[in-house]
Formats: sequence, structure tokens, C-alpha cells
Amino acid sequence: MSYTLTFSQYHEGLKKGKFLGLKCDDCGAYTFPPLGVCSNCGSSSMQVTEIEGRGTIRTFTVIRVAPEGMTPPYAIVIVELEQGPWVMGNIVGLNPDQLSLDLIGRKVIMGSQPVKGDMFTREDIRILTFHVA
Amino acid sequence: MREVAIAGVGMTKFGISEKSNLEMFAEAGLEAIEGSGVEPKDIQALFFGNCLGPFEEGQAHMAPFAASELGLPMSAPATRFEAACATSTVAFRHAAYLVGAGVYDIVLVGGTERAAAMGTSLATRTFAMGSQSKYESPAGLTFPGVFAMAAHMYAKKYTIPLDELKRCMAEVAVKNHYNGSLNPKAHFQKEITVDTVLNSMMVADPLQLFDCCPFSDGASAVVVAEANKVRGLVAHPIYVAGMGQASAGALYLQKDLTRVRARETSIKHAYEEAGVGPEDIDVCELHDCFTIAEILAIESFGFYDFGKGYDAALIGETGFKGKKVINPSGGLKAKGHPIGATGTAQITEIVQQLRGECGERQVEGAKIGLVDTLGGDFGTLCNIILRSS
Ligand SMILES: [Zn+2]
Repeated sequence: MSYTLTFSQYHEGLKKGKFLGLKCDDCGAYTFPPLGVCSNCGSSSMQVTEIEGRGTIRTFTVIRVAPEGMTPPYAIVIVELEQGPWVMGNIVGLNPDQLSLDLIGRKVIMGSQPVKGDMFTREDIRILTFHVA
Repeated sequence: MREVAIAGVGMTKFGISEKSNLEMFAEAGLEAIEGSGVEPKDIQALFFGNCLGPFEEGQAHMAPFAASELGLPMSAPATRFEAACATSTVAFRHAAYLVGAGVYDIVLVGGTERAAAMGTSLATRTFAMGSQSKYESPAGLTFPGVFAMAAHMYAKKYTIPLDELKRCMAEVAVKNHYNGSLNPKAHFQKEITVDTVLNSMMVADPLQLFDCCPFSDGASAVVVAEANKVRGLVAHPIYVAGMGQASAGALYLQKDLTRVRARETSIKHAYEEAGVGPEDIDVCELHDCFTIAEILAIESFGFYDFGKGYDAALIGETGFKGKKVINPSGGLKAKGHPIGATGTAQITEIVQQLRGECGERQVEGAKIGLVDTLGGDFGTLCNIILRSS
């Protein structure tokens, strides 16, 4: 059975400003970013669809000791999208030194930005970003 | 299923080592074999844990070399396990079930890791390989970052002021460093105060340096065998009562990070298999890679209600004078965390506790002990319940 929406197709979408995800034929749930089966019910019957980019911050951190190749400080958030999926990415447009627990619950809009690959990942890829709505 | 027991245990001192992964493993393995009253030629299989050997030493495929270091017979298959920080616990579970099933009578399980040898920057990068490489690690996610997000979510969900939660988290570090000060094999054997934690550098908000376990070098090993065999070999066999293991996907798929669902699944299985509950556990070595991680774990085990375990260390309930002694070895926090070696080192501590061999850090009268190891960003959980009779 062929993989419905590969990372490479998802990533081509990001480059064009589109968030490609999957809608389940059986339960209607959205899976984003893609998985082999529906993240809600496990069905493999899914259609590629465009995901809307609005959500709410559920938690965050500010990284101050970074992996090789990354420049701290930067903030990471987990966001619950209005269409259901939870996703991870970087917060943009806010000073990482001025974040507090009040950030949790803020409405955000999703984007993406390029991240330089390293010797392990071999390629530059885009990661999701979020700015406060 | 046959009854399974542990005959002997061994571990190196954890910390910074000049020795190679294989040399450290040979020390731990020979200690375990010797303490079991057997010879290397008696070992029928090696379940070997290592995570990052290729980055630490340019060494992959380490298991057969490890068997050769120990002089295990050619007929003993040597197989490498990798489950991030839960590596050797997972190896132990598979070994114990295969002994229980009658495939082997006597096997060696263990792990080795030179995490400190990599330095902080490369170690942080390679540890982050335990996160999803397309959808998580490009955000710059680190393991402190994973637990930092859990801590923020915990404070928000249970409406605990962050300062208060951080003081309670610091008390976990203070307790585990005190315990480590009683353990000659611990990476850190020095007591700290709450101020040591709160004045240390920020690593990933709200986690500071002393909320985090160190990168360590070290190895550990245990001999697992069919129980009748063990009774003929050593005075104090320690029995495998129950085990659990569970798996989960990327962190963002887990949603509520205050509830480690894979741990709840794993411990339920282990309790059922052992026929015990949280009230029966006398001593516990759990995965305190970060201070908040200990708080999440004691709630998952049912020692505390969800949202109620955060001040357990502060009020002394998890220390030596408390009702449930958590991490008497010093835990990952003070004993150290050479990832591939961590699980069988936790098992080593519980075996020695149940045998009453821990001296100053002995939990008096401990009969049933729990081991808990978490791998990756909540992706692998493994629990082992051991009993002394
Ligand atoms: Zn579905």
C-alpha cells in the first residue's frame, strides 16, 4: 500500500505556503503532519487536504542550551489546531526572553521557515512556525 | 512461563571515564558474572544495550565485540538493543521473557555508553535524534525542552504558580543529590541546596542546569536465569515479578504532557503481571532525567493523584524517612545517566536494595522494588517489578 502523503510532498506544500494534511474517510479526523494512518481511528483510507493554520498554544519552552548547529535562545511551542491536530514548531515575532505562562492559551497563526540541515539530516527543511494572532 | 530470577549484578562507577564502551562493559559484565557464581562459558546469550556508539567512538555493531571481551561462547547470540534512554531496561525485559519461555537458561543483559565523552553540544544533538527528525528536531527541540514543556503544562493545568512548582522541583534534585552522596558509584556525590538549583543557568525554561541529569559515561550488567538455577548459585536470588513496556509516537501527538500515557499503560501491565499495586512498592528507581520527570512518574504509578505529587520531595515523603523511597541510588540526576547503561543500573540498585546490601542508603526491609525507564520524548516506557522472595 503506498504512503498517502509523504514528507517530501508535505514539504513541497510548505514551500508554497500550503499545509498539506490528511482527512480520514472513516471518521473525518484530520492528521497533520502526515502519518501512515489516521491519528484518530487508524484507518488507512484518507484524502490529502489543505489544513487551516489557526490554533491555540498549549505549552512552550525557551531553549538556551542548543544542539550543535542551532543558535539559542529560541522558543518552541506545541499548538492545538482548530481542526484538531496538535503540532510542534517555533514561535516567531516575540522576544524569547519575555515569554511567560500567559503564552499558553494564546491564539496563533501557523507559518513555516527554513532550517539549515546538518551532516546528519543532509538537507535544509522547513519547520512550522507560529505568530500570535 | 518459568520463574525468572537475577543471580548477579555489576556496574562501573558512573561519571567521566577514560575507558572505552567495551572496556567499561567488560568490567560491569565480569562483575555480574562473577557475582552469579557462573563462568562466561555458561552464558547462553547477550542482550546488549548501546545508543550512540557510532557518534561516541565511531563504533557500531558493538554487541559481538562485547561478547568477545567477556569470553562468551560463540554459540551465545549477542544482540544490540536501542530504545534511547530505556535501552537496557527493554533489553532486560526481552531477556527475562526468553528465559521464562525456556529459550535460554542463563543470559547476560546490560548496556554501556560514553555520553560525557561527546561533549555537551554533540551530545545534545545526538540525544535529540530520539525525537522525530522531520517534525520535531528541526525546531531545535532538546530533551530538556521536552520536559520543560511538560513542566509549563503542569503548572498551567493545575494552576500552580511557576515559582512554587520550581521550588518543589528543586527539592527533587536536593533529595537525589543527597542520595547520590551516599552512593560511591554515583557521578555526583555531593549535596546541593534549593538555591544551587535556582541559581544555576537556565537550560530550557523553566528547567535550570540542576534540574537536569548529567551526560555520563558508564556500564552496567545483570545475569538473568531460570529461578531454580539461580537458587543453586547464589544466596539471595531476586525474582522478576512483573514487567511492562509501552510505546507512543511523536511528542505533539501525546497532547497532555502531564500524563505519560505510555507509562500508564506499561505500569498497568507490570502491576497486573506481578499481582501487586502501588501500595506494595517499597522502593523505586525511576527515570528522573529532569526533576519534573520524577513528579510525573510518581503520579503515573498511582503513588499520588494526578496534580498532587509535585510537593512530595518538599514534604519529605519520597526521601529515606518518607513513606515511599524514590531513587535511593541518587537517580539519573546524581548517579548519572549513561543512557544505554541506565536501565540495568537501576535494576542493579533495586537488586542490591532487596538483598539489603546498600549500607547507608539501604531502605529498611524493602521486599518489592520498581524500576522505571523512559526512552525518547515519552516514546518508550519500560517497567520491571522485582521481589526478594
Ligand atoms: Zn479516522
